[in-house]
Amino acid sequence: MSFPFYVNPEQMTQDKAEFARKGIARGKSIVTLEYDQGIVMVAENPTRLHKLGEVYDRICFAGVGKFSEFDRLRKMGVQWADVEGYRFSRDDVRGKALANVYSQVLGEEFSRSMKPFEVEIVVAEVGDPEVFGHESNSLFKIGFDGTVQDHDGFCVIGGSEGSLQSHMESNHRAGLSLAEALALGWDALQRAENGTPDLPAASLEVCTLDRTQNGRKFKRLSREVVGQLLG
Amino acid sequence: MRFWDGYKGSSFMELLDLDFPQLAPDLGAWFAPAGQLPPTAHGTTCVALRWDEGALVAADRLATMGYQVASRDIEKVYATDQYSLMAIAGAAGPAIEMARLLGIQFEHHEKIEGEPLELEGKANTLASLIKQNLPAAMQGLAVVPLFAGYDRRRRTGRVWKYEITGGRYEELEFDSVGSGSIFAKESLKKSFQTAAGREDAIRMAIQALTDAADEDRGTGGVDLERGIYPRVKLVSDGGIEDVGDEEIAQVHQGVLASRRRPGA
Repeated sequence: MSFPFYVNPEQMTQDKAEFARKGIARGKSIVTLEYDQGIVMVAENPTRLHKLGEVYDRICFAGVGKFSEFDRLRKMGVQWADVEGYRFSRDDVRGKALANVYSQVLGEEFSRSMKPFEVEIVVAEVGDPEVFGHESNSLFKIGFDGTVQDHDGFCVIGGSEGSLQSHMESNHRAGLSLAEALALGWDALQRAENGTPDLPAASLEVCTLDRTQNGRKFKRLSREVVGQLLG
Repeated sequence: MRFWDGYKGSSFMELLDLDFPQLAPDLGAWFAPAGQLPPTAHGTTCVALRWDEGALVAADRLATMGYQVASRDIEKVYATDQYSLMAIAGAAGPAIEMARLLGIQFEHHEKIEGEPLELEGKANTLASLIKQNLPAAMQGLAVVPLFAGYDRRRRTGRVWKYEITGGRYEELEFDSVGSGSIFAKESLKKSFQTAAGREDAIRMAIQALTDAADEDRGTGGVDLERGIYPRVKLVSDGGIEDVGDEEIAQVHQGVLASRRRPGA
């Protein structure tokens, strides 16, 4: 009978984390910001594959890193949300619960499997002061090891997170219009370490959760609309 | 939630069947042994027709349980997404559940795949749900819906009727289901004009429902005492429009005026 080699768990965790960070650092960043009518997500993505997606009435998703992994996470989120809404009611599908589900899945995957996920994701839920129990916006960032962070105002994921954080902190304020928030997100992406300076507006993928919209709040902004908003 | 080994397709019904069997509606099991079926609510008359810019679906608001009223203001016309409508006749319980599942299915597919289903695909999805319900239908819990929508690819409204086997038949003009459907269809046969405008389409539908209510005791028509009006929904390139009660009341008054006996 053979015994597996002893591996120091601390060492193994560090190695895995380093591996995951490297993978994520290669990905372009995504900025999620609150604006006066809801939440806007801005990603550098010239391709037709989406990094941002609708999850449910008030909830959307953003993922950076390895496409196959975050897209599977996105689909899992949609499955979870639709089952939850079918089982209970549409108003019972909440962003915090989804962030917890993601945290569990990613945490388990990180400790159990040889190769951790090389992803970071954001779950955003738009609030509405008029709707009881849904008053405020929520932004949750879930890391490759399942750590969850709750953010106010804005949230950055991807390789250049550190360098963008301070720029966003000094420039984001409550009550931005959609055009202002979009311009700030665009500007931030161009300042990112691995971002593209003079990034054309046509290379942006943008979606909003607009609380003034009837029914499902998610909207994908077409390249033309983004171009117009950015003037 | 199961992750890598979980269901990866775009069908919500299959997701329930495979990963959440406890939640999957076993449509075939919704009936007691033959002859033991307790009375259940049944929806009565619905009509669907094509008009110039799309399709229209309308239904009265009555549900009956045998010879009794089960509900005076039941919803029988459902928007299953932004471009499709379903009207239910037959056993109300399974039919409403079917409309709900269908709406979730369309939305689920759109979110998973990033593209909505084509109208044809939506009509087929409903056919497979009805087929699953066949055992219950044989016991008296038949669901016979009408399905209509705006086909963005072909730029036209389309209407389908179904039978309990899942058979799916496209109608080029109009159709009606439910207890008063014979009378509604007869009415539409006389009044139907191809490529009618919005007002004419609404008038034809209200007239057909009024005729059905006139001849069939199970059809509610307009409840003037309580102010309950039929539901009329239009679907066109711009999405779905709910026709307001005031407009329906006005059209209905016109229909009544043309039938009043002289001197009455």
